[in-house]
Amino acid sequence: MSADALPVTGTSGFSRWANTHRKWLFASPAMAFVVVLIIFPVAWTLYLSLTDAEGSVRSEKEFVGAQNYLDVLADTARFWPAVWRTVQFTGVVLIVEVVLGMAIALLLWRPFRGEKWVRVAILMPLVATPVAVGMMWRLIFDPNIGIANQVLGWFGIPEQPWLAGPNSALWTTMLIDIWQWTPMVVLILLAGLTSLSDEPQEAALIDGASGWQRFRYITLPLMKSTIIVAVLLRGIDALKTFDILYATKGKGGGSYHEVETLNVYAYGLSFDYNEYGTSSTVLILFFLIIIGSMWALTSRRKADY
Amino acid sequence: MRGGTAYKTFRVGALVLVVLGLLMPLIWMVAASLKTNVDIYDTSKALFFSPTVDNYKTVLEQANYVTFIINSLWVAFVSTVLSLLLGVPAAYSMSRFSMKRSALVVLMARVIPGVSLLVPWFYVFSNLRLVGGFTVLVLSHMFVSLPLVVYIMMGYFDGLPLELEESAQVDGLTPIGAFRRITLPLSTPGMATAGILAFIFSWNNFMFALVLSGAKTKTLPVAIFDFVGYAAIDWGGLMAAATVVTVPIMVIALLAQKYVVSGLTAGATKG
Repeated sequence: MSADALPVTGTSGFSRWANTHRKWLFASPAMAFVVVLIIFPVAWTLYLSLTDAEGSVRSEKEFVGAQNYLDVLADTARFWPAVWRTVQFTGVVLIVEVVLGMAIALLLWRPFRGEKWVRVAILMPLVATPVAVGMMWRLIFDPNIGIANQVLGWFGIPEQPWLAGPNSALWTTMLIDIWQWTPMVVLILLAGLTSLSDEPQEAALIDGASGWQRFRYITLPLMKSTIIVAVLLRGIDALKTFDILYATKGKGGGSYHEVETLNVYAYGLSFDYNEYGTSSTVLILFFLIIIGSMWALTSRRKADY
Repeated sequence: MRGGTAYKTFRVGALVLVVLGLLMPLIWMVAASLKTNVDIYDTSKALFFSPTVDNYKTVLEQANYVTFIINSLWVAFVSTVLSLLLGVPAAYSMSRFSMKRSALVVLMARVIPGVSLLVPWFYVFSNLRLVGGFTVLVLSHMFVSLPLVVYIMMGYFDGLPLELEESAQVDGLTPIGAFRRITLPLSTPGMATAGILAFIFSWNNFMFALVLSGAKTKTLPVAIFDFVGYAAIDWGGLMAAATVVTVPIMVIALLAQKYVVSGLTAGATKG
């Protein structure tokens, strides 16, 4: 189905040249942009990760080989806790967002009165500026003046430290992420549900299948590829979450690094502490983790067909 | 046919809960932006208070937010236009000539952690004396919006029938002529989708602007972050600032709901 098959009937020399070479003429500006701004910086990061650069990237740096990698991989104070927080954060928000997102998508599936308004409500958290969202929740979760503790009080639940607690901060940021991004999963899954054909559902209904059975044995298998798309898109972004964490806890993920994920750690090493060698190493490892988890997901997806 | 009265009642109840859960925090933010700091601290005035616009006066007049709004608008506008200019033809080529590997290179930009680009960018652009200027901000925002445009437009072009272009060429148009006069006009909804999403992502972008913007080019998300200093937080002002950055983008999303949703779910049902 290539468009090459058609003869080019240009007039002037330039027009003829442009039409024959339109494939690369069209694609190369964008490709050049990506190569210059992305491929080169990634190569540079890889190089920095093998040096002891710190203070300023301009200062003298020595080639140290794999030393940074050995140091970082042996660092149980900052690196491994950051890996664990990243895994925890991503794992929890992904599971909650997909389960909750599926439930809400099923509620919205069949048309009803007022549907338009529900859809508007779903879109709002999604487009709200993450930094502003972080600030908004800081007020809501404030241990002294926040509404969150008051609401808990109505139900007789004791006050929580929320973002201020060393143990509760990460969980609280997960709640914020879930509030903001479950709607994204709802939209994706709803698009999938709407594209399903009605026939299998109706056949099952005639056969006397219960609501749960229809969901478990018909809807869910048919939705599998859409769910994987949702997990993939959300997963990449959840691994890289930065705005909400930095807006609520600031540098280093808080004074006890309670929300310091890999991305926050790498950012801090680069711009708060200027340890470029170490930060590049962390970034390369982080990048490998992202690629690895994507690869694991997509290869499973292919194996299913 | 489906479900009895019990389910219907449950469904209405559940949907009301979902809507309240999603909207209440935003309403709370706007409410706090209209309160004095004394009222914010007074839990008895959670819902009933006498509104004031003083916080907005502080934010817009003293804290210079008008400049930040203009900066945000300008950066988002220019980066969106440039991303469309580069991205639409590229997506067309990648779709029509099945350039899978090239597409993958562009889409890699979505996966790479932004921090890994910031150090080299900062180094190169500060040598070129561009850090703190608009050029570098626009370029960094294009890093997010260009792959988005390519991704959405590739899906869109994949869905456009090839026959239209072919018959236009039979009628004497060059391939580029057919792209310009047939395909592009047909792609307006796709470009609207890509453009609006690129604008929203740029408007909301925080990390790149945090490092690369200067005093004169600061965008709204960075300005909000800077609002929280070491002193006690001025909650009213902070919520007014947060409202100033979120409400415009929510209005845009509301008006262009169809496009925003189709952009966010692009590729979701391809299997």
